[in-house]
Amino acid sequence: MAQIKRTPPKYDVCVIGSGAGGGMAAKILTEGGLSVVLLEAGPPVNPEKDFKMFTWPYELAHRGAGVGGHARENFGEFLAPNGAWTIEGEPYTSAPGSNFQWFRSRIVGGRTNHWGRIALRFSPIDFKSGTRDGLGDDWPITYEDLSPYYDKVESYIGVFGTKENISSAPDGVFLPPPKPRCTELFIKKACDKLNILCIPGRLAVLTRPLNGRQPCHFCGQCGRGCVTASNFSSSQVLIPPAMSTGKLTMLTGAMAREVLVGKDGKAEGVSYIDKATKTEKRVHARAVVLAASACESARLLLNSKSSLFPNGLANSSGTVGRYLTDSVGSDGWGYFPQLEKMPPHNHDGAGGEHMYIPWWKFDRKNDFPRGYHIEFGGGRNMPGVGMFDGVCYDEEGYGASLKQACRKRYGTTIGFSGRGEMIPNADTYCEIDSEVVDQWGIPALRFHFKWSEYELRQAQDMQETFRTIVETAGGEYRAKTAIDGQYPFGILPGGKIIHEVGTARMGADPNTSVLNGYCQAHDVKNLFVMDGAPLVTNPDKNPTLTIMALAWRASDHLLEEAAKGNL
Amino acid sequence: MAQGISRRDILRTLAVGAVGGSVLQVIPAQAAAYAHQMVHQEKAASATGKYVPKYFSVHQYEMLTALCDAIIPKDERSGGAVEAGAPEFIDLLTSENEKYALRLGGGLFWLDNFCTDRFGNMFLECTPDQKTEVLDLIAYRENARQDHTLSQGVAFFALLRSMTCDGYYTSKIGIADLQYIGNTAVREFPGCPPVPE
Repeated sequence: MAQIKRTPPKYDVCVIGSGAGGGMAAKILTEGGLSVVLLEAGPPVNPEKDFKMFTWPYELAHRGAGVGGHARENFGEFLAPNGAWTIEGEPYTSAPGSNFQWFRSRIVGGRTNHWGRIALRFSPIDFKSGTRDGLGDDWPITYEDLSPYYDKVESYIGVFGTKENISSAPDGVFLPPPKPRCTELFIKKACDKLNILCIPGRLAVLTRPLNGRQPCHFCGQCGRGCVTASNFSSSQVLIPPAMSTGKLTMLTGAMAREVLVGKDGKAEGVSYIDKATKTEKRVHARAVVLAASACESARLLLNSKSSLFPNGLANSSGTVGRYLTDSVGSDGWGYFPQLEKMPPHNHDGAGGEHMYIPWWKFDRKNDFPRGYHIEFGGGRNMPGVGMFDGVCYDEEGYGASLKQACRKRYGTTIGFSGRGEMIPNADTYCEIDSEVVDQWGIPALRFHFKWSEYELRQAQDMQETFRTIVETAGGEYRAKTAIDGQYPFGILPGGKIIHEVGTARMGADPNTSVLNGYCQAHDVKNLFVMDGAPLVTNPDKNPTLTIMALAWRASDHLLEEAAKGNL
Repeated sequence: MAQGISRRDILRTLAVGAVGGSVLQVIPAQAAAYAHQMVHQEKAASATGKYVPKYFSVHQYEMLTALCDAIIPKDERSGGAVEAGAPEFIDLLTSENEKYALRLGGGLFWLDNFCTDRFGNMFLECTPDQKTEVLDLIAYRENARQDHTLSQGVAFFALLRSMTCDGYYTSKIGIADLQYIGNTAVREFPGCPPVPE
């Protein structure tokens, strides 16, 4: 009879996931002297082999479209080893009427290998959602509690930006930003006319040497992965220092299945599938940190049932899987004939925005709550598949006229992406789908997702703003969105922005939250969650910087508690 | 980067300034090996010798080549889609994607049938004027609105047109035609050059 193999020895901490939160936990805990075993579901990352930097499209047989052209359904063939919304053998379901797209990145470093590097602090008011206007709840911590950790994270990973003293965009510890691109100056001019804030972007990209990493060389290919670690990824910036302490054991190809709980109600280890041998193994640890990404961590908790925790581990509140949100997203684009006269020049820059639009309407009453920021970009980028789909659609025809139209159009379009705050609602959550398991027999998630009027009105406002900016700049707004239907105003399906958070939220009240302000489970003192799951609010700022600040703070607390013998 | 500096050179230059220990660094030797592999792939792709289509029949591939040439022809400034390898690219993707196979393969059959009905010859045997007449019809959605029998041809040509542009503008020739400058390492981002009024 097959046996479940036990894996000695016992570690201080088992961390599940090596992304932003897990990588940070691994670094802080090992540097603090604890032995850590890190379970990563994916393979190791190999920058030399995996990162397609400086590769021309024609150096790939598929030119960037991937096998069968399917890479275009994710982010293209060039992106650093990324996951996908659909992974063979790892199904999930959506309830009728819902359509949640769940992105998983199965590799050391996870999504931080290919993320947009946008590093924005949450504002003080974002921690006070309940007090503010009754929509959502207050965090059990304040901006002042987290601010020292924002400082630490920015100082360690390196973020460029400028101090602007804008309430919706709290200043941080910044490296100098690169000069704006032509397209960015162009849009800034229009924004200035409209009194729309437009300031230097804030990216986790170095413009000065830092901690042995070289500054950015402006190839514009951050998304492909950076062999010099000039941009931030957990795999290249958090895991290596953790490794060099000698206290980190990383197990790759390790799909965590459930957290093991002792009779005393404390976590005592993790059962996982070793993918290479397809066997079940166990690691034992004095504390467990879940950082598998928000919904994956919720899934682990829900699948870790026992007589002490019949509704899932640490779930006496019933809120694991609840309060799920993703960012509100809607995109548009404009055509600017004035950009035709731009001389050919190197427009690449860092792999992201040098300028952006933080939420600016915080000083007035809007017909929706909260707000959104706008990312924009375009111009003379490296040509790629799909670049002239718009021209083909608009011009039709063929031959010399089509070729001329493409030449003329190149570099003249700018796209806009609004990214805004979703208010948690009772119809949006994830739970276990009792009828579906993945290829290792682990029960899968079922998602329920609904946009409310708040988010739809926000998306409408995004579209109107894009149009106004484009027309003020003298361009033609070309994006078309429906007013009704399943995705009004171009609102993207839940999960498409890949900022899903909230599924094991923190709170002062154990009846309505899973974790305390240190990301520590109310029910299980030696269990922590350090990815996007603890976030109470999903504001108009990308979550990753906050995930890392919370993880560092929670790890410091874990170290203190371990030293006191409280775990 | 100027399309002459190799990826290998850039990676080697970058590695010189790197400090080991605290981060996962590129190792020049391995980076160079990877670059060699890429260059080898490029050479294989441009090797002369008759291309054996992966999906299309020999006849269909000839049609495809003629159509790509019509969609993005050579001109005084740059070569066309055929020289850029668009037909091979389209054939590769079509051999891996059932939807493309149906729409493009089916479209080529449709085109031969249409030409036979209209002119008594398959597409490749038509005169230049006849070919122009057909393409002018299927190159515009409006024509299918007026005459529904053109619908399949119009849908086919729209897909082929997009894929031909994809194949052309991701090629060395196409990228040079657009005068894209980049894909290189620079110490400082130069910002926006002066723009003529």
